Amino acid sequence: MVPSSLRPAAPRAAGRSGASRSGWASPLGATTLVMLGTLAVPAVAGAVLWRTAADRPDPSAVLRGPTAEHLLGTDRLGRDLLARLLAATWPSLLPAVAATLLGAAAGITLGALTAVVGGRARRLLGALINLLLAFPALLVAMFFAALFGAGADGAVCALAVACAPGFARITQTLAATVAGTDFMAAARVLGLRRHRLLLRHVLPHIAEPLVLNTTVAAGSALVALSGLSFLGLGAQPPSYDWGLLLSQGLDRIYTEPLPAVAPGIAIAFAAVAFQLLGEVLAGAAARRARPRQPEEPTAHPARAGRPAAADHVLEVEDLRVVLPATDRVVRPVRGVTLALRRGEMVGLVGESGSGKSLTALAIADLLPDGARATWGTHRFLGADAGSSSRGERRRRLATGMAMIFQNPASAFNPSLRIGTQMTEAVRAHHGTPRAQAVEQALAALQRVALPGGRRLLRSRPFQLSGGQRQRVAIAAASMMRPALIVADEPTTALDVTVQRQIMDLLRRIRRDDATAILFISHDIALVADACDRVLVMYGGTIVENLPARELAAGARHPYTRMLVASVPDLAADRDRPLRTIEGGPPDPCATAPGCPFHDRCPHRLDRCAVESPVLSPLGPEHEVACWGPLPPAPFRGQRVTEAAATEAAETGMTETDVTETDVVEKEEAEK
Amino acid sequence: MREGAGLALHDVTVRHHGPFGPVTAVDGVSLEVPGGRTVGLVGESGSGKSTLARAVVGLDSPSAGRITVGGREYRRRRAADRRRLGQQVQLVFQDPDTALDPRMTVRQSLAESAGAFVRLDRRSREQRIGGLLELVGLDAGCADRVPGRLSGGQRQRVAVARALAVDPAVLIADEVTSALDVSVRAALLTMLRDLQRRMGFAMLFISHDLAAVRHVSDVVAVMYLGRVVETASTENLLRSPRHPYTRTLLSAVPSLHAGRRPAGEPLLPAEVPDPASPPAGCRFHPRCPVGPNRRPGREVCAVRDPQQEAAGQPHRAACHFPYRADDGSPHAGGVHRGANGDRAPRTPGSLPS
Repeated sequence: MVPSSLRPAAPRAAGRSGASRSGWASPLGATTLVMLGTLAVPAVAGAVLWRTAADRPDPSAVLRGPTAEHLLGTDRLGRDLLARLLAATWPSLLPAVAATLLGAAAGITLGALTAVVGGRARRLLGALINLLLAFPALLVAMFFAALFGAGADGAVCALAVACAPGFARITQTLAATVAGTDFMAAARVLGLRRHRLLLRHVLPHIAEPLVLNTTVAAGSALVALSGLSFLGLGAQPPSYDWGLLLSQGLDRIYTEPLPAVAPGIAIAFAAVAFQLLGEVLAGAAARRARPRQPEEPTAHPARAGRPAAADHVLEVEDLRVVLPATDRVVRPVRGVTLALRRGEMVGLVGESGSGKSLTALAIADLLPDGARATWGTHRFLGADAGSSSRGERRRRLATGMAMIFQNPASAFNPSLRIGTQMTEAVRAHHGTPRAQAVEQALAALQRVALPGGRRLLRSRPFQLSGGQRQRVAIAAASMMRPALIVADEPTTALDVTVQRQIMDLLRRIRRDDATAILFISHDIALVADACDRVLVMYGGTIVENLPARELAAGARHPYTRMLVASVPDLAADRDRPLRTIEGGPPDPCATAPGCPFHDRCPHRLDRCAVESPVLSPLGPEHEVACWGPLPPAPFRGQRVTEAAATEAAETGMTETDVTETDVVEKEEAEK
Repeated sequence: MREGAGLALHDVTVRHHGPFGPVTAVDGVSLEVPGGRTVGLVGESGSGKSTLARAVVGLDSPSAGRITVGGREYRRRRAADRRRLGQQVQLVFQDPDTALDPRMTVRQSLAESAGAFVRLDRRSREQRIGGLLELVGLDAGCADRVPGRLSGGQRQRVAVARALAVDPAVLIADEVTSALDVSVRAALLTMLRDLQRRMGFAMLFISHDLAAVRHVSDVVAVMYLGRVVETASTENLLRSPRHPYTRTLLSAVPSLHAGRRPAGEPLLPAEVPDPASPPAGCRFHPRCPVGPNRRPGREVCAVRDPQQEAAGQPHRAACHFPYRADDGSPHAGGVHRGANGDRAPRTPGSLPS
């Protein structure tokens, strides 16, 4: 009775063709429509068309089998069974729907209340719901049906009581996800009253799965009601429904099976129709959120790649990623070229939406479904990705590259032991026997300074802290002795002291194994501190490639310069206002030519709007994609007021008091 | 500026019901945030910062101690008192993605907040919403969008506007910048400072980002495992931290300008202790770089709680062996201070000669 619709945020997998046809136009949807139509006609017209025939007794044709006149035969008063079956559609369906609605209303109210009442009341309500759930629904229904007295009304009430706890539980679960959100906390801090919390914040968020659920429950209610009638607790003669017809037909099932089988088929048919309706609604709801396939699979002509440089672990040229969206095509990565030497630690910095994470995923061949990557060259460990099969490529990536993700909580399977997950890769790819793999895992844990040894291997991810989990992830990554580790914001979710541990670990692995590390982060201070080289990404392209030690003062691209100036720093002047970059990030769907930064750039030239600059060398190990790179900045801290003023004027930052501050500093220094 | 309109915490303790028994998330914290001033609260995750914030706004109730706003204590058990508290104290959450109801437009969110305590007619409500959007630097066109159509920075601005819509005396900013990009972060910090100057609310700025805290705070309090271990004016705390934990924290922050940090020994040897059973004595002693594990003869740290420090001192450090004020901070040292012309102290009186 728990349908797939019980997932408010159903996994919204990116469009896979085939799976996306789940609306009314699909075979399932059409079948459902036909079945519902078949039910609707006798339900509406039944009373008018067949009532008379159904109620007319014929003493001359009592207990007949199927004949041409009576297709299903007659009952013991000689009434036509087909007419009775059709006329019973409405009296069978209506109570089922009514019982479901009543039960749902009661259950949803009860369940939703748990989200808005205080601690003690919530615990009491929760206990009550648990208690009610402990009784089997059908048993409760029979008990209450007997209590309310046999008859259709009693059966409806009994069934409503029986199905309410289920609804209460589902609502409680769904509402708990809403109750824990910050916006609910904010609404509580605002002192909103309970009914408003309930109506404005809780119910709208959980309405969709509840509606789907109610639909499916109606099918079950129909079966249950028929059961009650069958037991004599439901409709009482002279009124009748499918359950009662079934019960009456059963008396002579050995002589005439059809009078019993036909109502059974009717019940099953209607129940299946309700279930299918729920499925189709759930499918439609999930589809609404699912993006479309991109129209243009941008096949990129593979260029005759340059010969592989000997010490390069990874070379990527002109990497592009296209993502499908509901009504347009998003291009988050637009021609990224990068190369990593053995043992080099390279930082890839950029703000959210700059395409840095997708670049990493594309390199690791881990793009989400629907996304497509194209490249001019993609060479990993000297082998061209374009010329090898997908399986071969994956194998090479699996053994030569490791990935460390931002959230150590979700990077592990919560139900498997740490040891199993750590040894998985070596056992699968190197065929290492289990005992040996465990030894390797222990050595790796020792390397990341995690105590506990075998005990740790036996623990499960939730038993570790975030920092410990990330260290386990690094240990697992280093076990394969990969040539490249891609670390996607590995410290963002962690505290500064833990962050420093992690950074030290990465540096040590790099030093010991000559592993190249692509370190992706939005924290430029961290990148400058840890890496050899920094790639600055903006709008899906790399705008600057420079040695990390030059980041603070030697950046030449206006964006890099402004980004550096916007970082609050423990060592920087506190009274100097932080510089901000006006405007917003570029639209990842835009197709206009030109530099992605040109509309926010204070130095833009006419050329910038029409022609995209390419990454070109500016000095040793320094490349910049800009038509008018800034002159090298004066050394930081140099007290040249004019130079600082011109710099400020040049970079056009939203700051006016540079000169003043500098003059004050100068005066103080003279004191 | 509203004098005496600030927030004061006296010995506040908050206990949670953890899965393995009660956890004391906040243990005897006293703190004062005067009107118009900002107190920065730093500490690692699990140190109790956010629990403290929730207790102040009434989402959690303290099991001991008093919280006063503008000199008045609000009993959290009574609905009417809680409503009055909401009028005085507002909270801005860490994650702008979840802090706003995704199904409500900006206008609806702001209207809900603006109308929470005062009844507004349609026209004055529209005016108020327009005023709020202007206050946080958003254009009026944003009003009819749902949060999903706004950028992270814009969403956080809306969240700030919603909190300020009730004109609170105290604003709690709980990690408001940590989900934002650097360039957006700078703008938000600047905006919060400006708003405080204009509206005069007291602000408790909670963050693990020391640089951001430094930028907005007048006073900084450092929390460790539910306790405040050091409180001092921002400048003093960062220049000459006295508690070993503060020092460790400061030295772990990467700096863009202070030069590269050498890869040294692991900073904090042991893991963070379980808050459900904190160590006896000084809570930091098992990890302390100058504590009993490193320096013999300092066993007192494992036995006696240094918390009982004479209150009212301008620079409080809960430590038996605090660093002296002239030891210098890891970040105030050599490189940038001379070359860079680091910020001069605010009061000319304390200028080093």
